[in-house]
Amino acid sequence: MELLLVLLVLVAVVLALVVLGKLTGVVKGLNPSNSYPEEPGRANQVNAWMFLVLIVVGFVAITWSYLHSTKFYLPEASSIHGRRTDDLFWFSMGLLTIPFMLVNTALFFFAWKYRYQKGKRASFYPENHRLELVWTTVPAVVMAILVLTGWKAWSDITSEAPEDAEVIEITGKQFGWIARYGGIDDNKLGNYDYRLIDAQNEVGIDFTDETSFDDFTNPSELHIPVNRPVLLKIRARDVLHSVFIPHMRVKMDAVPGMPTKFWFVADKTTEQMRAELGNPDFKYEIACTEVCGQGHFGMKMVLVVEDEESYQKWIASQQPFLKTYPEYLDRVPANLKAKAAKYVGEQTASAE
Amino acid sequence: MSVVEVVEHGHTEEHEHHELSFWRKYIFSEDHKTIAKQFLITGILWAVLGITLSVLFRIQLGFPEADLSWLRPVLGGWITDTGKIQPEFFLALVTMHGTIMVFFVLTAGLSGTFSNFLIPLQIGARDMASGFMNMLSYWFFFVAGLIMFVSMFLQTGPAAGGWVIYPPLSALQQASPGSGLGMTLWLVSIALFIVSQLLGGVNYITTIINLRTRGMTFSRLPLSIWSFLITAILGLISFPVLLSAALLLIFDRSFGTSFFLSEIYIGGEALSNVGGSPILFQHLFWFLGHPEVYIVILPALGITSEVIATNSRKPIFGYRAMIASMLGIAFLSFIVWAHHMFVTGMNPFLGSIFMFLTLIIAVPSAVKAFNYISTMWRGNLHFTPAMLFSIGMVSLFVSGGLTGIILGNSALDIQLHDTYFVVAHFHLVMGAAAAFGLFSGVYHWFPKMYGKMMNQTLGQIHFWLTFVGLYLIFVPMHYVGIAGFPRRYYQFTSYDFTSVFSDMNTFITVAAIFTFAAQFIFLFNFFTSIFKGRKAPMNPWRSTTLEWTTDNPGHGNWVGEIPAVYRWPYDYSKPGAKEDFIPQTVPHSVTPESNFPSDNALIAEEKQIESQNYNDQFKTGH
Repeated sequence: MELLLVLLVLVAVVLALVVLGKLTGVVKGLNPSNSYPEEPGRANQVNAWMFLVLIVVGFVAITWSYLHSTKFYLPEASSIHGRRTDDLFWFSMGLLTIPFMLVNTALFFFAWKYRYQKGKRASFYPENHRLELVWTTVPAVVMAILVLTGWKAWSDITSEAPEDAEVIEITGKQFGWIARYGGIDDNKLGNYDYRLIDAQNEVGIDFTDETSFDDFTNPSELHIPVNRPVLLKIRARDVLHSVFIPHMRVKMDAVPGMPTKFWFVADKTTEQMRAELGNPDFKYEIACTEVCGQGHFGMKMVLVVEDEESYQKWIASQQPFLKTYPEYLDRVPANLKAKAAKYVGEQTASAE
Repeated sequence: MSVVEVVEHGHTEEHEHHELSFWRKYIFSEDHKTIAKQFLITGILWAVLGITLSVLFRIQLGFPEADLSWLRPVLGGWITDTGKIQPEFFLALVTMHGTIMVFFVLTAGLSGTFSNFLIPLQIGARDMASGFMNMLSYWFFFVAGLIMFVSMFLQTGPAAGGWVIYPPLSALQQASPGSGLGMTLWLVSIALFIVSQLLGGVNYITTIINLRTRGMTFSRLPLSIWSFLITAILGLISFPVLLSAALLLIFDRSFGTSFFLSEIYIGGEALSNVGGSPILFQHLFWFLGHPEVYIVILPALGITSEVIATNSRKPIFGYRAMIASMLGIAFLSFIVWAHHMFVTGMNPFLGSIFMFLTLIIAVPSAVKAFNYISTMWRGNLHFTPAMLFSIGMVSLFVSGGLTGIILGNSALDIQLHDTYFVVAHFHLVMGAAAAFGLFSGVYHWFPKMYGKMMNQTLGQIHFWLTFVGLYLIFVPMHYVGIAGFPRRYYQFTSYDFTSVFSDMNTFITVAAIFTFAAQFIFLFNFFTSIFKGRKAPMNPWRSTTLEWTTDNPGHGNWVGEIPAVYRWPYDYSKPGAKEDFIPQTVPHSVTPESNFPSDNALIAEEKQIESQNYNDQFKTGH
């Protein structure tokens, strides 16, 4: 890469010298007697040959740089739908490389081949309906194939989540994510209301709903089970954000006032990925891809994919929100107080 | 009878010539040619500023360790004590770069320049239908630019939420310093800019429909005029929608309404706004935003059509197909906007529909590309700088357009949305391709604008450096996008998955600086040629269209009568003809040697054409 940079700089210097040379020529040679239209001369030939050079050099450069970069492409997919869209992506890329090469080559080749020659006359060739029909139909058919394959994948990915999906809420704020789980007992997310948000209750959990009593939140890690559908319920607190999990091929905007969702099946645990990539420090990451202010580039959350057993163990080790902040017991309506208090008390007892 | 004679007979008429004051002639001018130059030079200045901003943030991305304290005298507090760009300033740079390039350079600079300059000259009119409205159009643009420029010097900085200004970020001052006064000025500026566009657009459409010279039927219009007409219609339909979105946003920001706001907790308090939808704004924005990219690219395609035909010395291939595909693209551009919103949580079924409609656009676009290539096939190519830039434009349009087929596929967009893949895609297909259209147009019509020639060799060097430079920037940018790098990131060190590819970002930055430096060749060439260029002949490219039948005209364009038109604009290398071009003003009755049987039928029409009114506003030039 450094070599390439040096080369580029060298080329720039040489070209700059050429330009400087030309500039002096221009300033001196402002000769009003030269008349136009003038016969295309040597410069026309040079430019024509440049196009031929461009085909060769361009082809080599694109192929080389492409191969050089392959190791960085599409980080290893770890979800079922992710591998499907990856396949579709490479299929589309492969297919589109053909017109990319053909069209550019034809364009530059014709530029060279039909360069001006003295005494030659261009062909008067204003239309050919059959040809036009062909090159309207061929792209149309190719597009139809791409639309159909894409449509099928898209409708499968965006279909309703399976019944047994693990439901987890993720909320974006300036500048971080907060995960909320349904809790160890009912595993159901309680209601929320944005007006209940405060410094502790960051996602506005509504404690008049009894399913919220065992909910717990986590601001730094999102744990999910492997090989089981996970449904992310996505919210935003302040401005737009977007949940992006590159390895899972997951992306969905977080919109204040309009909950969104995305479900997927992760099929490689963090441990498996570490082994597969030979990188003991590997972590799945969640990023934000909708500009949300100056901390946009640092809204990181770590995603931990683990087997069912350690997932359940992790869940059991988490404290319900009510236990961490028992003062929120005040928000619980009188008739449910006993139930809620039981949570707080029981948890407190077991922890000791 | 030669071409020259047809035109020259007008020169015998002498008439009164009253001098306009300096102000009326050069500043508050109603002459479409002066207004075109005003748009062009203002656009060039904005382009220099807009690209400079991009070089600044490219330095941040390519050389995050660089010490920029030497910029403190200019940028002050935007550079931290350790010589780094502030994150907020980075977003402001990105936002201003996008806004300036899309609206001020590629919309006003391209359409404003060439619609103004070419419409009256190519259809055979003395001026625009309303010279006064045309003047207003420029001055509204000027004031819009002035306000945007002022916003860059605010304490809290200019707007910094991306050029798409999505609320709630853009609506809430608490969310970002740039959403304060900077955003207010952005909205005011764009509102004025829209007024300018509408004044211009109404004028372009009216002029093309009403002021064509006799014989200039729609099927004899050059493709450039077709493209300006379609562009103006697109703008007229879509810009008001952006204006309404901006107005609603102003209400949300200043008058407590909730069009785009709902259930927001920010800065330690829960706002009372409920029931609005931030997604509604995106629908309104992209209802303009998508046609906008065609507003940018269609004039470039029109210019390219003229230039490629002229310099291939061949008729444009498939004239009717070219018009049909432009109409098709224009129509489709209104019903694909939501492909910018596949992952906003909108109904997935809607996503399928928009994917289908989006991919259809590839068909008329492909037709255009193939037609350009066939135009060059068996031609006799003159590589003027304009021709080179047109060939480059077709290449960039195709290369960038192809990746659009991937992004238009909603399933693939999940991963690629808002990554550098998108940035690379639209910079090639609309940014660079439209800029090449602009360069091509400037090189081609400079002789008519200023009566001087630009230096050809410098133009050719400028082309090669820019063309290669752009591919060096944007091909690797696709790679970075495939690797998953998100857009509008201040730095890539926060994440493991983006820490891997940093030398590629360095490479892109070096290529960007290199390409930017190459533009100074153009600036030098442009400004010195205005004053010191060789005197241009009337028709340096041996072209057929009407503007080349008048010699560096004053207000009114033609001395004496406006010429009549007898044939289509692409009679290049017609078999049997003496020259390899026959101007539109030459009747078929004087070219029996080159007439096709169908042309002979048109001879009967000539009398009828000559008996028509001139549609002449002033009767003579003045």
